[in-house]
Amino acid sequence: MATATQAIENYAESFRGFEQSAASHDLLWLRQLRQSGFARFGETGFPTTRDEDWRFTSLAAIAQIPFRLARNGHGPLSRNQIDCFRIPGVACQLVFVDGRFSPELSSSGQLPEGVEVASLAAQIARDPGAIEPHLGRHLDLQRDPFCALNTAFLEDGAYVRIRKGVVLGEPIHLLFVSAAHDAPTVCHPRNLIVAEENSQATILEEYVSTGSGATLCNTATELVAGDHAVVSHYMIEREHNQACNISTLRIQQGRSADVSSHSVLAGGALVRNNVHPVLAGEGGECLINGLFIGGGRQHLDNYMLVEHARPHCASRQFYNGILGGHAHGVFHGRIIVHKDAQKTDARQTNRNLLLSDTAQIDTKPQLEIYADDVKCTHGATIGQIDEEALFYLRSRGVDLASARRLLLLAFAGECLDRMKPGPVRVHIEKLIHDSLAQIAHVSHDVPLAPQEAALGEPR
Amino acid sequence: MSSNTDAIRDLAQQEYKWGFVTNVSEDRIPKGLNEDVIRLISAKKSEPEFMLDWRLKAYRHWETLEKSHAEPKWANVHYSPIDYQDMIYYAAPKQKPNLQSLDDVDPEILRTYEKLGIPLQEQKMLAGVAVDAVFDSVSVGTTFKAKLAEAGVIFCSFSEAVQKHPELVRKYLGTVVPYTDNFFATLNSAVFSDGSFVYVPKGVRCPMELSTYFRINAAETGQFERTLIVADEGASVSYLEGCTAPIRDENQLHAAVVELIALGDAQIKYSTVQNWYPGDKNGKGGIYNFVTKRGACRGKNSKISWTQVETGSAITWKYPSCILQGDNSVGEFYSVALTNNYQQADTGTKMIHIGKNTRSTIVSKGISAGHGQNTYRGQVKIMKEATGARNYTQCDSLLIGEQCGAHTFPYIEVKNATARMEHEASTSKIGEDQLFYLRQRGLKTEDAVSMIVNGFCKRVFRELPMEFAVEAQKLLSVSLEGSVG
Repeated sequence: MATATQAIENYAESFRGFEQSAASHDLLWLRQLRQSGFARFGETGFPTTRDEDWRFTSLAAIAQIPFRLARNGHGPLSRNQIDCFRIPGVACQLVFVDGRFSPELSSSGQLPEGVEVASLAAQIARDPGAIEPHLGRHLDLQRDPFCALNTAFLEDGAYVRIRKGVVLGEPIHLLFVSAAHDAPTVCHPRNLIVAEENSQATILEEYVSTGSGATLCNTATELVAGDHAVVSHYMIEREHNQACNISTLRIQQGRSADVSSHSVLAGGALVRNNVHPVLAGEGGECLINGLFIGGGRQHLDNYMLVEHARPHCASRQFYNGILGGHAHGVFHGRIIVHKDAQKTDARQTNRNLLLSDTAQIDTKPQLEIYADDVKCTHGATIGQIDEEALFYLRSRGVDLASARRLLLLAFAGECLDRMKPGPVRVHIEKLIHDSLAQIAHVSHDVPLAPQEAALGEPR
Repeated sequence: MSSNTDAIRDLAQQEYKWGFVTNVSEDRIPKGLNEDVIRLISAKKSEPEFMLDWRLKAYRHWETLEKSHAEPKWANVHYSPIDYQDMIYYAAPKQKPNLQSLDDVDPEILRTYEKLGIPLQEQKMLAGVAVDAVFDSVSVGTTFKAKLAEAGVIFCSFSEAVQKHPELVRKYLGTVVPYTDNFFATLNSAVFSDGSFVYVPKGVRCPMELSTYFRINAAETGQFERTLIVADEGASVSYLEGCTAPIRDENQLHAAVVELIALGDAQIKYSTVQNWYPGDKNGKGGIYNFVTKRGACRGKNSKISWTQVETGSAITWKYPSCILQGDNSVGEFYSVALTNNYQQADTGTKMIHIGKNTRSTIVSKGISAGHGQNTYRGQVKIMKEATGARNYTQCDSLLIGEQCGAHTFPYIEVKNATARMEHEASTSKIGEDQLFYLRQRGLKTEDAVSMIVNGFCKRVFRELPMEFAVEAQKLLSVSLEGSVG
């Protein structure tokens, strides 16, 4: 208990320092927002495995490491270091180093009229009136201490606004880089995405790291989709194996809005991805599509809460997990259908492949239904690579590793197929190839069937 | 449609059929719970030393739990706090000593059974079921003893087992549900009054279905029974449990513990039909049913199967579980839970796979009507050593009416790559088209609803022993009044 209070005290100290010097601290509403965030975090502290929502994910490591708030203490990254993370065909790329916008590294590109992409800090300074109605209005501080913490340290992040009726074909790439540090650092990027009525956009949030060392990235994104808006949101986590990443995507959907959230968790040591859409307008549609690929000692936790607040909405959740080594995967999907959300159609599927005896998966697909005229299903499966499929491939001369990789690709491909064609999908496809090659290779330690072990690898 | 709805509503508002109070003079002890009460209960039952020690250990542990407010709160049910000092922990009908036959049983009690439709004598002859009837807490009549004794099966009340077979009780009691297990199990361990004990020796197939009827009668008494069933190597037994309780305004607590132990190649089938007083249509009164049921498949190729039909009780909190320790052991759970009016049910199962090639099947059907809240909460855990484990889970919910809720909280934890796991769940209302189809063929709405619901539950009913299946279907049509949305 002593360490827990000490951890909070560490944050309290850094909050006091932060509060005085943070950007736009003279804005009353922003100050209050930060204070309410910290007050809530102070009440709860870090969740423990006794909290139902964190049952399978221990945060003891995060609570114990004395993370320091990443301010401007590191040497700047060069464009060369970032070049490998560029994706061809995007509308613009915003680069954030340890949660702070870096104009030198970003390329703003030519954005059509009605599309605003900027750093949140700059936008608050420039036009606080446009930010206030959305920022902090949707994120649930009560439920999640990390959202509270993020709000307390809210300063910078991405701001995207798509004006009424504007259709942006190319994706917006938001790149969050954890730079190398001597001491453990934490950053709290905060993003606000507002897609107004009838607008369309694709946004990619990508988390990468350039150095090593313990980092914690606690990010929160509020996505507001106006009536009839169509938004695709992608989240890619591929930091190094000492990084902790807690991310929350809170989606507020208007009438007939169509939002899809795709997440790919491939990197990081301890990763938690929260997706929380609220279908607050009639006829809304929401797709949550996820893939997590873990090896080594990775811990990948996928948490989603889909709230059907209005009638005639549909939601789909598909999560596929591939785990090898000592990886631990968690799927926690929850659908809540509120009292008057009649004619809801909600589906949830979680499929998992375990590649090694030491990998572990905990899945908790939940339905909470308070309306009667609904159609809700959920399903979860856990299994291994089909022996017969392997045999089929091997009988056709494909070696074991390639056969495994092929089958894993097919499994991961289900998630890929749900993404719209375009540069982001091409990018993700390549990423999946790389991670699977790695995992299929490493998972050779899976004990072969006795006769196979005796025969050895066929030539 | 509305006239049909009315018809159903009338059916729904049917009074609880089994609500009547039998006036039997009772042997009670004062309200409240302390060490003296425990000693008194133990003394009244002239228990051996080890039982008293065990009860006291449990009581002391319970005290610490109560002080630290460890009463479980995680279940999806809501009720006002229970005052454990405001309860009577022992109530036995005053009886003539040494009952030799059924004729000696208080005729008043026998009449109660008749009203309940449990003709003790008749059942003896016609159905071939041995009934160990528990009236409040003490077993009043045990039949078919001789026939069972011939096969070597021990089937008696728990108190009798403590007297006559202390070595068996001592060996197995608390080995599946230890007294430290959870708040209510601990309470039960301290104050349990009676229950049933079954021991089936090696290689014996129990010649008949064993059955017990529990019935809560005295007002303000919690009933704390304890059931222990042991099937030795190669033995098999099927046990039926059925319950009804009369109308009472104050909530009554029922915290039972059931332990099943199956050794190598043994099979135990445990079926329950629970129809305790659910409270009136405004949610007043009713039984709090907080039960801990668990079975351990200790030996190779053993099997434990739970089947339950839960239609009664204001609040149900019950998770019949299987610990699959032996290699190739099998666990099954089939459940129908119905909540109507203001009933709340949080029920499900736990399947813990420890042995190799263990298999488990879970089929759960939840029906919510009125303001009922129905929760399925299940855990399937596949441990590291459980190579080749297999689980299939299906939980479906049916919603009838706009005010009810259906929730599903499965937990699936897999630590072995060879495990195969499937989980499916669905929630929906009764299809308008199905209703329409049946109605245009001349069925009344309530019959149509009843038919659809029975079809929905068929997979579970099939698992029930014959006589229970019939009773369960009737029970559903009566309790399932709800309406068509």
